[in-house]
Formats: sequence, structure tokens, C-alpha cells
Amino acid sequence: MNERMTGYRKIFMDGIWHNNHALVALLGLCPLLAVSNNVVNALGLGIATTFVLAMSNVSISLIRTWITAEIRIPVYVTVIAAQVTAVDVVMEVMMPSLHAILGIFIPLIVTNCIILARAEGYASKNTVDKALLDGLSIGLGFSLALIFLGGMRELLGNGTLFAQANMLFGSMADNWTLHVFEMDYGVLLAILPPGAFIGLGLMIAGVNMIKARQKKKQTVSIAITDIGLAAK
Amino acid sequence: MNLNAFIRPAIIMAAFAAGAALLLWFVYQHATPILAQHQQENLLAQLNTLVPSTVYDNDLAKDKITVNNKALNAKGDITIYRARHSAQPVASLLLVSAPNGYSGEIKLLVAVWADGSLAGVRVLAHKETPGLGDYIEEKRSPWVHQFDGKSLNAPTIERWKVKKDGGAFTYNTGATITPRAIVGTVAKTLSWVQAQGQRIYAASDNIQGAQP
Repeated sequence: MNERMTGYRKIFMDGIWHNNHALVALLGLCPLLAVSNNVVNALGLGIATTFVLAMSNVSISLIRTWITAEIRIPVYVTVIAAQVTAVDVVMEVMMPSLHAILGIFIPLIVTNCIILARAEGYASKNTVDKALLDGLSIGLGFSLALIFLGGMRELLGNGTLFAQANMLFGSMADNWTLHVFEMDYGVLLAILPPGAFIGLGLMIAGVNMIKARQKKKQTVSIAITDIGLAAK
Repeated sequence: MNLNAFIRPAIIMAAFAAGAALLLWFVYQHATPILAQHQQENLLAQLNTLVPSTVYDNDLAKDKITVNNKALNAKGDITIYRARHSAQPVASLLLVSAPNGYSGEIKLLVAVWADGSLAGVRVLAHKETPGLGDYIEEKRSPWVHQFDGKSLNAPTIERWKVKKDGGAFTYNTGATITPRAIVGTVAKTLSWVQAQGQRIYAASDNIQGAQP
């Protein structure tokens, strides 16, 4: 039982940090760059991606024993595309107002290579519970990167955070907008496409820096224990 | 030669393709009529924000004509919905398009009362700069409400410009091209509607010789 829990924890931490698909594996950058101009858009794409990723991982994991190696990619594409299209239409019928907001992200998600990467690299080799957790973790890691980038760009460009949250959460979010600082123009560059590239570059550099520092600390502490052992 | 190595994957692949096609066929079969109804309801709701349902008694979403008018839509056709009460004209709602936004076409819904004044204007679709030119959307700023009640007499036709150009309409600093395009197209729409007069309400389909 304990062993299983550590396994789950590892999957979770891999998805969010060690193997964050946006910042470490550098996958799915096309929608990431396009839809991170503010926090609310980023949150919308994050939710939709996480949902699709969990769903596709579970279904690929369920059918993994039936599929022979040579046809696996076309089968994954067929299964994922059909499923996402069906969800898109069902959502439009059942929840038209939510679809009006998240619907524009769905075509972006189908083209997101993270989905296929997890289907091929993880879900096709693991049991359903692990595949589900992997989908959720990778999705969450992707969402966090998106929201951070979206926050950075919105803050620099407009001086606000959570502007237009009511478009995602309804009228209860009317007053959620944080006016962090007032400005007439803002750094327009941050909102335009170059801002996405520059912002993402800085984030990747930041993650690399933290990781390098952690590694250094680790080697130092190992070295110290080595010395300690030698002294004994 | 092991035929099985070819046939088995082919069968599996075909089965998945057929399953996917069946799923989508089933979903679309059930969704299409509901979606068409949603679309109709959305359109009517949008029209009703400008011309409330209390002032007319006809089936607004169905009482429409399409007119070929290159001046109000570079791609050709504009759609006009006509509101009537007891068969008398109340208002016409026109789907037009401003070709000269900062990033191309801006689609507009312009509602004109039968007396020639504006019931209001809404931006239906645009590609203007996010955070800069998108204040033209009603949900983002009240900018578009300054058209309410305006007509070709108030302000006079030469003042149908943004303030920067000596007109009567406000704009946000940093994005002038966007409101300029909208003000120009709304003015053009108003003068076209005025020139048509009763013909807009009488026509059952194309209005001939209707170029302004």
C-alpha cells in the first residue's frame, strides 16, 4: 500500500515539476503561447486541457491490450479525436454558456501534442488508475505554467489580474479583477505574441536555475556524508 | 507467409474507425436540431437586447431579407431583420461589416428604429488587439452605448467621426483605427437605411438598385 502511494506521489510530482510538459519537456507550446495573454484565458485552456488529457489517458489505457504496435498511433488519433469532438458537441448541447467560453479552446487541444505524447509514452503502458493520475498531473502542471505566464503578461500589459473572470465564472466573479497598478498604456509587448515567447523563455530559465541549485545542494550534501563516513 | 500479421491489425483499425464514426454520427444526429434551436435563440436574444421583445409582435428571427450591398459588407450580402407591431414597421436590424478595422473585418449588428434613430450597435466579431482595441465589445466597456439614440441629424452627418477627426464620438487613446471604422460603417448604414425608407420593410427579398 505504502509503495503504491509513493508511486502515485512520484507520478504527481513528475507531472507538476520534474517533467512539467510546458517547461521541461517543452511540449504543447502552440496553445500555451497563443492563449496565455491573461489569467482567465489561461485558466480556461488549463481546465479544458486537463479534462481532455485525463479522459484520453483513461481510454487509451483501457484499450491498450487490444492494440498491436504497428497501428497504435492511428488508433490513438482516431480515439482521441472522436472523443474530443463528441465531448465538444455534447458540451455545446448540455452547457451552452460554458461551451461559449471553453469551446474555442477545444480545437487547440486536439492539436496539442501533449495528449498524444502521454497516450503513447504513458497510458499505453500503464494501468487505468496510474494513467488517470498521470493525465491529471500533467494537465495540472501545464495549467500552472499557463496561469503563471498569463498572470505575468496580464500584469505587465494591463496592470490587472483576473480581468473578465465573470466570463468564466459568471456574475459572482464580477468584482474579482485585481487592479494591481494603474496605467494608461501598459507594456503592450507583454500582451502581443512576442511577450509570450519572452515570458516563456524567462520561466524556463527560472526553472532551470532552481533545478541546478537543487542539484548542487544535493551533491554537496552527498559529499559531506561521504566525508563523515570516511572520518568514521 | 503469415497473413494474420496483416489482417489482424487491419481489422482492429477498421473496428476503431467504425466505432468512432458511429459515435460521432450518433452524437451529431441528436445534437443538430438542438444546436439549430440554440442558435436561433441566441440570435433572437441578441436582437432583443437592442429591440426588446415588448415593442414588436412578429417572428423577428424569421422576418429577414438578404441584400447584396458591397458598401456595407465587402463580401457582398447583408442580412436585415425587421421588427413590426400590428404590421407597422418598428425597427430594422442589419448585420453589416466594417472592412477597415486595425486587424481586418469587424462584424456589427446595427439596429435602426423606423424613425431613423439608432436603437443601438453591437460588435459581433472582430480581430482587434486584445486589451487595446477590444473595448468595442459591450461586455468589456460601455463604449458602444454612445450610439444609442443617435441619428443622422444628431449629431449632424459631418460629425459622425471620432473626436480626434473633429467628430462627436469618443475613443480610447492608443486605439483610434478601430472606433473610426465602426463609426464610419454605422453612419453609412444609417444613410443607406434612410435612403431605402419603407422599401426595407416592404421587400420580400432582394432590394433592387439599392446601392447608396
